[in-house]
Amino acid sequence: MLHGLPEPIPDLDTQPFWDGCKERRFLVPHCEVCDTPRWPPGPCCPNCQSQATKWLEAEPRGSVYSWIVVTHSVHQATHNQVPYIAALVELGSGIRVIGNIVECDPADMAAGMPVDLIFEQTESGAFLPNFRPST
Amino acid sequence: MIDYTLRKRAAIVGIGQTAYSKNSGRTELALACEAIGSALNDAGIRPDEVDGVVRYDMDAIDEARLTSHFGFKNLSWMSETSYGGTGGNAVVVHAAAAIAAGVANTIVCYRALNERSGRRYGQATTWVSDGAGAARAFQAPWGVLTPAQRFAFFARRHMIEYGTTSRQFGAVAVAMRRHAMRNPHAMMQAPMTIDDHQESRMIVDPLRLFDCCIESDGACALVVTRADRARDCHHRPAWILGAAQGSGTKADGIIFREDLATAESVSTAANVYRSAGVRPEDIDAVMIYDHFTPFVIMSLEAYGFCGRGEGGPFVEGGRIEFDGELPVNTHGGNLSEAYIHGLPHVVEAVRQLRGTSTSQVKNAEVILSCSSVAQLSAAVILARD
Repeated sequence: MLHGLPEPIPDLDTQPFWDGCKERRFLVPHCEVCDTPRWPPGPCCPNCQSQATKWLEAEPRGSVYSWIVVTHSVHQATHNQVPYIAALVELGSGIRVIGNIVECDPADMAAGMPVDLIFEQTESGAFLPNFRPST
Repeated sequence: MIDYTLRKRAAIVGIGQTAYSKNSGRTELALACEAIGSALNDAGIRPDEVDGVVRYDMDAIDEARLTSHFGFKNLSWMSETSYGGTGGNAVVVHAAAAIAAGVANTIVCYRALNERSGRRYGQATTWVSDGAGAARAFQAPWGVLTPAQRFAFFARRHMIEYGTTSRQFGAVAVAMRRHAMRNPHAMMQAPMTIDDHQESRMIVDPLRLFDCCIESDGACALVVTRADRARDCHHRPAWILGAAQGSGTKADGIIFREDLATAESVSTAANVYRSAGVRPEDIDAVMIYDHFTPFVIMSLEAYGFCGRGEGGPFVEGGRIEFDGELPVNTHGGNLSEAYIHGLPHVVEAVRQLRGTSTSQVKNAEVILSCSSVAQLSAAVILARD
């Protein structure tokens, strides 16, 4: 996990997600009416405009859609933490989320690579979802 | 629904620019006033005649300051365009629409920024405190902090789906540099080969240093006016044939779009061609918002100059150089002339139509200028008489 970066910024629309992380659960908002998942979390269904929301837990695994390897640090906190991998991971719920891929050599990254969800605790006590290659 | 009421109702009649540098030593207000004054002089239009202003929402200088410090009086049309580099063409779309609607006669568009000596877009601190909105909140804690990092996800996906290579990105950088070296106004004057590109340091894999636009201080401006007035200016008018903006879906935060290998601007392309009544084969040169080299490749696909996924091979072998089959960014672009947020692309399109580019395309009659294939997009087609 990356240390010293900006902490998550919860608001009324995203608080349930961060609360879920504390219990090591990845909660995805879905529309109560048409079941469409939303990411990033928001108050309104982009498919039917309903604001009725249910939070469903995603399966703790996914696959890599795209990724970057940050080699040039642009934040004071990451000067000693490059290179690091950030990936867009497709979860079974039909959404794509950002996470760092840990315990992985950048040279081993590949499209479609299966990854497992993990949770890591930041300095402030928040829990961040990340991923590592499936074993 | 697009109709044709914009066609040749307005023209760009004035262009102005300041020096481009790493440290202007001047305020953005001073830069804006100089560029606007220079564009009005170029047109032969007095400041008192200007009744409209269209600005980028990211510009620090607004119309109120221009009434106080430049001396605009009784403006009757003021609007702004969103999402960064989209603005370079979007300001022209707004100006053309306002003139066609009869709510303004003569409009100034501008962009002024000390982006190198002031607030640098390549630095994380510029963005992490920006908006607690969901998209940023769901990127920054994982170290996705800058435009280069966001746009690298698109570059990777294009490589995955189509086999596009870093050397093909390099062909774009080399073409832009060749044009910059012919343009005394451009900041980057050192020769570049594809090997130089390959040896430049990795910033965020797959993007190298030479895949990224430069950071600059400076300003430029345009004067847009209605058809009858345009015929009475100093230079041959650059007629606005067509203009369009587009959003695509899921634009917030950029990287959560549904398909990162396909340009979002496909619908903008269809609309701009339809509104102008021309086709890709009618275009003599293209100005493309080149914040990062892969987006030149993706734009060429989106605007119909090659098939989807064929942009990588298309840019090889000098095809996009000024003496090639489809000249692109004959001023040197964001990559090698200066990063004034895409407005110099429109300035250069006007120069091509006047016949005054430093990399002049023979018989340039119709030019497409287009911006941003990942965030929002905008495009204009300009033509001479």
